[in-house]
This record gives sequence, structure tokens and C-alpha cells, in this order.
Amino acid sequence: MKILVCISRTPDTTAKISFTNQNTTFNAEGVQWIINPYDEWYALVRAIELKEKDSTTIIHLINVGNNENEAIIRKALALGGDEAIRINSESNDPFFIAQQIAAVAKDGYDLVLTGKETIDHNGSSIGGMIAELLDANYISLATKLDIENGNAIVGREADGGEEKISAPFPLVVSCQKGMAEARIPNMRGIMAARTKPLKVAEAVQSESFTAVTGFDLPPAKAGVKLIPADTPELLVKLLREEAKAI
Amino acid sequence: MSVIIIAELSEKKIKKQSLEVISYGVALANQLGTDSIALVMGETVDNLSSLGKYGLKKVIHQQHTASMLSDNKLACRFIADVCTQEQAKVVVFSNSLLGKAVAPRLSVKLRAGLVTGAVKLPDTSNGFKVRKSVFSGKAFADVDILTPIKIISLNANAFEIIQQSDAVAEVVESSIEIGAGTLNIIETKKNEGNISLADADRVVSGGRGLKGPENWGMIEELAQALGAATACSRPVADSNWRPHHEHVGQTGVAISPNLYIAVGISGAIQHLAGVNRSKTIVVINSDPEAPFFKAADYGIVGDAFQVMPKIIEAVKNLG
Repeated sequence: MKILVCISRTPDTTAKISFTNQNTTFNAEGVQWIINPYDEWYALVRAIELKEKDSTTIIHLINVGNNENEAIIRKALALGGDEAIRINSESNDPFFIAQQIAAVAKDGYDLVLTGKETIDHNGSSIGGMIAELLDANYISLATKLDIENGNAIVGREADGGEEKISAPFPLVVSCQKGMAEARIPNMRGIMAARTKPLKVAEAVQSESFTAVTGFDLPPAKAGVKLIPADTPELLVKLLREEAKAI
Repeated sequence: MSVIIIAELSEKKIKKQSLEVISYGVALANQLGTDSIALVMGETVDNLSSLGKYGLKKVIHQQHTASMLSDNKLACRFIADVCTQEQAKVVVFSNSLLGKAVAPRLSVKLRAGLVTGAVKLPDTSNGFKVRKSVFSGKAFADVDILTPIKIISLNANAFEIIQQSDAVAEVVESSIEIGAGTLNIIETKKNEGNISLADADRVVSGGRGLKGPENWGMIEELAQALGAATACSRPVADSNWRPHHEHVGQTGVAISPNLYIAVGISGAIQHLAGVNRSKTIVVINSDPEAPFFKAADYGIVGDAFQVMPKIIEAVKNLG
């Protein structure tokens, strides 16, 4: 089993979100960068768990980004990836990025794992695009993943419930909560990661379908209206008459 | 030239989120001076022609009851065929489970740029700029779609449902063959609880302040009285007080209901990221310093165990 895990770099979940250059650029000053939590906690850790069950499993990591991304790639290697490839590009067009990953993934991988979305762009689109480029099945928002008798058995969120699906390989799966338990790298992993291969390749020729032209922040909230704790029924009145929410 | 709108069924009815996307697609077609066509996949329902009142002229129905969600390869191929047939200029989805499964595939198949999580109509004065939610609701990005065909998925509760008239839409049965896929659905399971979180218009949510799963009765009672779904914070799901599918927040479900009531939740930034797109936020917490109050519209600083029974009673008396 050869697994390709897609790793994206995102600002930490507590990062202050602001923009510079007339609202065209994310203000990275003082921002901590992390592996996108969905990629790390669910996609990568599940791949590692599958390898722990079957030691012949190979886990490769792929990142599309510039050399500032190497710190989070090393961290992913410390958690348990075998080797990594970074496609040197600063594009943020989902189609361009999916093309880069598909160009690597078509080279004999059985399973491509992504997080369900990145916490910065909230696109949730790379996995489906890779699948279409590979003409493979795609299971989105998966909560469970096992391998039985040469097929993937995948649990996924469905309308108001869950589905359990059996799918042949090659397969692309986007992963979310439930898939695996988050873990932290241990010292042995960190030492080993220093010498694991991290290849850098230039991007393949691709079109971009979209361009981000600017950012904006939502208007500030007007401020909370506090209701005395001894008259909570007033809340219900305000929700009906003022907010028209009930 | 047309705007194709992907509408979804649930229990033989068009979903509320789909009525939003129909209203959005019709408004967009008017803006572009073109026609709008809704595409409905699933079991036969008899009232599709009544979708005309939202301004639709035509509804294409495809009788296909297998899971298009899972077999998104088939769904994508079918929608692509319709788009070619109808010379689609724009395709709009809800940013739903189906939208997330199918829209990215369709983007590649039609070589059409995709923006997911749109929050308003595109600015077509110079290019085709779609405003979308980014950074888990903490900001917006304007994204220009550069390809001749565009695909948009619309966030829930981002666009008002607009009824226009009593007009009747023409309903056409699709004759396109769907074929069979290679996925095999082994089991489907419905979550307990009446209302699914993603579709819920109102949500009542509990946190660690409730002290234990045995105290969830009042959350459920208020939810029932309001016709709301129940939810919880991450520590609650992680302690197995409540099922994981109820966890709202950055790493759980992101929701945008009309009304979100948080009881005993302090409002960590990761929790806010999952709920900050809610229209009205109510926070009930005994700690006046709870950060959630800064993001709330209404707040009560008080003991949930004393406040909640009175709120439940007041809601029941509303009639």
C-alpha cells in the first residue's frame, strides 16, 4: 500500500487575522505556522496508524509551497511520513495545486489523503479535483478508513447520518474528525526526520482557474446586550421582537 | 447560455439550503441576463413545478436514487452532460456535503473555476469576483474566476429565499443514462436526534459548564421547544458526554444558523470559528469574563441551572 498524504501550511488556529498592502496580502507578522490540522490530525495520523498495522505501507508526503514550508514538512516527517516532496510554487489556485499533486499521485499511489479543508482558504476542493484528474473515486469528509481484502472501507458523513462504503483503489479520501487520534512527534521521530528524504521539484505546467484579488474583515459586532439573570424571560421576548430569531 | 442550479432533496422535499441557492441562482441569471435551470436528482416528487414561484422557468429531474453523494464521479458526469446540453455559463451548488463532493470534480471536468463558500452575488462589473468566507469565518476573500464557465458553492444562510410569483416551472425528466459506479455502499445510518445540525435554523449548544452528560435534559428540552438541533463544544465531545457529530467548532462542524444559543461554553477562538457565521448569538455563562460574550448579541451572566428552566418555560408560552 502506497499512500500520498497532502500537507498544507496554515496559520495557527489562534492567529490574529489581518491584511496588508491595501487588503491584498495576509499579514504574517507574528504568526505561528502549523500543518493544517485536518491534514495532520486526521489524514497523516490515520496513514501512520495504517502503517502500524501493516509495516509494508509506504507513506509519502506532498506539499505545494515555498521553502518556508520545510519546517512543517519536517514536523510531518517526524510524526511518521517516510519521505516528502515539496513542489516549489506559491500558487493558491486550487486547480493549479491539484494538478501538481495529481502529477505525483499518478505514479503508483493507491491512496491519496487530504484534510477536509484548509483552515485558511476553507476550500474543501483539492481532494475532489485530484480524484477527477486521476479518474479515481473520491470519498469526501470521511470519518473512518480501514483496508480489508484489497479494498478501502470508508465511513463518511452523509445527510443526517453516516455511510459505510467499500471502494477499490486508487482512491482519494478527504479526512475529518473521527478518523484518528491526534498525536505529537516523539524525540526519536524528530531525530529520524532530519535525515529522511525531502525532495524539491519545480511545478508542472498548469493553468490557474482563479485569482484572489483582495480580502476584507467582517464588520465588528455591535456589542453584547446583557439581560439580568433574574429575568431570563426577557431574552425570549427580545429574540422574538427585536432579533426576530424565534 | 444558462445558470444551472443544483437543488437537493431531503425526505421528498427541496431542502431549505437549496431554496437559498435557487434564489441565488435566479438572481444571478437576472444579473447576467440569462435563464436559470434547476437540476434535481433523486426520487420523484410531484411538486417540482411549484419551484416556479422562486423565479425558475425550468426544472430538470433525474430519477436516480443511489447515493450521488458517494458516487460523485457519476453525479459529476451527469451534471457535466446537462451543462453541455444547456450551455451552462455558471453552475451553482449549496456548500453542502453534495456540493463539497461534486463541485471540485466538476471544476476539473468542465475546466471551470470554482469558488466554494460564497456569501453574496458575484461582482460582474469587471471580471467575475466572488466574495467567499475564509479563515473559518474570520475574514472574506474576493476571488476572480478566470475561466469561461464558473462554478460557485453558496454557504448556508448567506442568501435570503425570495418568492417572486405564483408562476409554474416546466418540469423535464432527464433522459441521460447515469450508469453504474465502482463504489459499494455497505451501510447507511441516521443520527439520533430529530434535526441535522448542518440544516438547522436554530441550534442550542452545551459546554463543560453543564458539568456532566446527565444535565443535557435542559439543552434538549429548549432545543425541542425551539425546533432546534443540539450541539456541543469540543471538550464535551472529547469526554464522550455527547456524540462527536454534535461537536461544533474549527475542527468539528462549522454552522451558520439564524440563532445559536451557547450554554456553559466559554468561547475559545476555535469554537468561535465554527459558529461565528450564525446570525444571532446568545451566550449563557456564569463567568462574566467568558470570551464568548464579546462575540455575542445577547448574554446572560448567570447559573444555567437556574436560568434555563425559566427560558424553556418562556419559549413554551410563546405559542
